[in-house]
Amino acid sequence: MKRSEPVIQVKRRRDLALSVIVNQVPYIDFLGVSFDRHGNQLTSTMAFHDDLIGNPMLPALHGGATAAFLEVTAIIGLAWASLWGEIEGESLDIEAVQTGVLALPKTIDFTVDYLRPGLPRDAYARARVNRSGRRYASVHVEAWQDNRDRLFAQASGHFLMPQRDG
Amino acid sequence: MTQTDNNAARQFIKAIPHSRRLGMEVEELGNGKAVISMPYDKALIGDPVTKVIHGGAVSALMDTAGGAAVVAHPLAGLGTATLDLRIDYMRSATPGQTITATAECYHVTRSVAFVRATACDADTARPVATATGAFTVMKGSS
Repeated sequence: MKRSEPVIQVKRRRDLALSVIVNQVPYIDFLGVSFDRHGNQLTSTMAFHDDLIGNPMLPALHGGATAAFLEVTAIIGLAWASLWGEIEGESLDIEAVQTGVLALPKTIDFTVDYLRPGLPRDAYARARVNRSGRRYASVHVEAWQDNRDRLFAQASGHFLMPQRDG
Repeated sequence: MTQTDNNAARQFIKAIPHSRRLGMEVEELGNGKAVISMPYDKALIGDPVTKVIHGGAVSALMDTAGGAAVVAHPLAGLGTATLDLRIDYMRSATPGQTITATAECYHVTRSVAFVRATACDADTARPVATATGAFTVMKGSS
């Protein structure tokens, strides 16, 4: 990144790259998940709606919705982290990415721990890439609702990185 | 599990909003076993290049089938929550095909039910994913 680059231009470039990665995946919209960015830190939000309920009696979020939210957060977090260098180096061809040629990491395995019931309200999550190699990556994700210190679910998984140059 | 209980369990699963939203259908249920299908839907695409369904939707199917298998077990009550779920993705599901998960609740204690599950598309010889999970058992179940 050029030191002299105006802050508005820096933010526009980063936000455009993020929106291109996120908007190409229909399932993210289906779940009602969005991403907030602060520098390179992403926080995802799954906005509550009735279709996310798994137990109407409590009510509580569906374990599958929680798992999907964590997996979406892990994949986008990993794709974002692996593209960050290119975004900052301005070597990322946004137009090429916009036409849908950006391959995403593929899940090899994913393990979810359910720590407490998911309440019928918005949920938030952050991913941490613990190891990112040329072929494989390991990612941990944490999700919470009202209180950041009281996680309601966490997950970790392994991913196969897209081979971008053959 | 009696036939009446079986119908109650079937109704219980059909009433889950998130599973309904994903178009899931109960194909088979009883004696700690559940078979649940999820039709292909473009809204569930996770890979824009290959049009393959997102792993998250497969997780939701596995979780639903796992919970259903617990509810369908003679020793567990009508209600459960997931404690943990691990999914291994063996290959991409073929776009356009229904995915069917078969879950078996193979052991139940007073507090915990253990489940394994397999998901297949039309090519049933090559599973798309397998899962293992632990689920809660409601207090008061025999």
